[in-house]
Amino acid sequence: MLRFLVRRLALGVLVMWLITVAVFALFFIAPNNVARTLAGRQATPDVVALISHRLGLDQPVWKQYLDFVGKAVRGDLGFDYYHGVPVTDLIAGALPITLSVVIPGAIIWLVLGVFNGVVSAIRPRSFVDRGMTAFALFFYSMPTFLLGLLLLYFLYFRLTLAGSAVFPAGGYAPFTGGLYDWFIHMVLPWFTLALVSAATYTRLTRASMLDVLGEDYVRTARSKGVGERRVVLRHALRAALTPIVTQFGIDVGSLLGGVVVTETVFSLPGLGKTAIDAINQQDLPVIIGIVLFASAAVVVANIVVDAFYAVLDPRVRLH
Amino acid sequence: MALLEVRDLRVAFNTPDGVVEAVRGLSFDVERGTTLAIVGESGSGKSVATQTITGLTRGARISGSARFDDTELIGASTKVLQKIRGNRIGMIFQDPLSSLHPYYKVGWQIVEMIRAHDHRISTAAARQRAAHLLSLVGIPRAESRIDDYPHQFSGGMRQRVMIAMAMALDPDLLIADEPTTALDVTVQAQVLEVMRNLQEQYGTAIILITHDLGVVAEMSDEVVVMYAGAVMEKGARRTIFYDHHHPYTEGLLASLPAQGDIGARLTPIAGAPPSLISLPAGCPFAPRCRYAFDLCWKETPPLAEVYDDPTHLSSCWLSSNREMRHLDREHADETDAQAQAAEPEEWSA
Repeated sequence: MLRFLVRRLALGVLVMWLITVAVFALFFIAPNNVARTLAGRQATPDVVALISHRLGLDQPVWKQYLDFVGKAVRGDLGFDYYHGVPVTDLIAGALPITLSVVIPGAIIWLVLGVFNGVVSAIRPRSFVDRGMTAFALFFYSMPTFLLGLLLLYFLYFRLTLAGSAVFPAGGYAPFTGGLYDWFIHMVLPWFTLALVSAATYTRLTRASMLDVLGEDYVRTARSKGVGERRVVLRHALRAALTPIVTQFGIDVGSLLGGVVVTETVFSLPGLGKTAIDAINQQDLPVIIGIVLFASAAVVVANIVVDAFYAVLDPRVRLH
Repeated sequence: MALLEVRDLRVAFNTPDGVVEAVRGLSFDVERGTTLAIVGESGSGKSVATQTITGLTRGARISGSARFDDTELIGASTKVLQKIRGNRIGMIFQDPLSSLHPYYKVGWQIVEMIRAHDHRISTAAARQRAAHLLSLVGIPRAESRIDDYPHQFSGGMRQRVMIAMAMALDPDLLIADEPTTALDVTVQAQVLEVMRNLQEQYGTAIILITHDLGVVAEMSDEVVVMYAGAVMEKGARRTIFYDHHHPYTEGLLASLPAQGDIGARLTPIAGAPPSLISLPAGCPFAPRCRYAFDLCWKETPPLAEVYDDPTHLSSCWLSSNREMRHLDREHADETDAQAQAAEPEEWSA
């Protein structure tokens, strides 16, 4: 088990290293003169050269790379010249907002998806199953931005016009400024994020449960005279959970790097929105910082999933 | 009266290709403390039949009757069946690895079974009982192995765990569905030995489903030979092995490799079992039967007494008189020998 984790960690470090190379290559070696952009249109060649020197852009490429990695390892992702703050501060400021969207949203979609999937799988091809499938496909085929806008239209615009302004139009109210205020700002983003993913999880759970319900050990459980509820939850769902947990870990990991569409629709200044703004402004240090953070999140999520896999399945522990 | 009386059991499944009649009018009795072997090829309906009796068949059309100690099981409520399953009818299955839950310790799985039926027993007492059961079926160091997972046991040991679990509550009936098929030959004998010991100790009746005639010879009191979802022949073990009537039983026994026959060719039954979708009229074995005559293709023979033995039943149009049946056999042997002489021998012992 320990060796397994060490191996996965080593692999994660390797992946992160490859990502730094790719990011570095993309942004530092690509024909895009950072100093030129930063200096502005009216700048003289002297000014550009000075900026180049300050940024270390006149150094050889390998030295630039080592500097970049050396700083990144120490938690220094550079300085955002547009906003005049270190990139790490910018990420630290946006991360709580992304977390506020992703974590509760993920819990909602997981509960919804697994519940619907189990109910569907118990009676395949029944009325309930078909209803759940229709529900899932409806949201599955709906683009996130459209669902977000629809929720805003009905639950903010129409509701406010009707005289009961429950939900705000968007924006973020920090956790510290009152739990209710935070909650009411987050409800619509949560469901925008959750309903689309819940559809995927409904299908995944249903398929996985149908597989497991046909297994011999489920028949054994029934042959023991164990109650049907216990057969479904303790025997079947327990085994069916493995692929769901894997998918969940990877999904949450990749969303931690920013929920681009949902954050944009609801004007939430999380990592996704910050990344979009940075791209529009060609704000390279911020883009690099967020890309690195997002990839680290995915790598860590994968390791956590693998470790959790071993917790779930005793057969994995020995290898 | 018998412990289990199955009468005219029929099980059919709706599939995209049509209705599959997996079991077509199966009847048999199991007496207390005896072993009934159900023999047949894969797909002859033997597993489906026994799983239907315990209510484990899903999405099937079921008719007929199965009375277990005066309780009708066919159509019984889930509640009634749950009380009987595990508690009064224990079951073990073919593949002991896939039959045990891979995520739970074997002790946990046995304890769950005990506590499902005995709500007052403490976990500690149930655990102690589980350990005792494991040692009873011959698992060494049972006290510590109780906390091992199924994958930490060998195939034979896993099947012992399954037997321990099935016998945990001292059931009246044990349904063993091909319990040794997935095991090494050397381990098979040990597992059968365990079952036989427990039967002697507790007086459990056993339904042994198998396609292995060696296992039948070793274990059974009575034998039911199934083909295409119906009973072909039924009788005491000696009768089936030494005084059988039905051509299918004859074929099964002829296909066994005899000891000392090294290098000799096996004698398979020609052809393959019929599809159970829209089975034609007549005897289902007729297309593969060397005795078949015109009546066999037209009408299904009833299961009737043969050789003046009320316990010996055969579903065949051939004469129920032993001498007449022997004449048929000699005649068929002669015809076969002539046909073989006409063709050059391509391979000999």
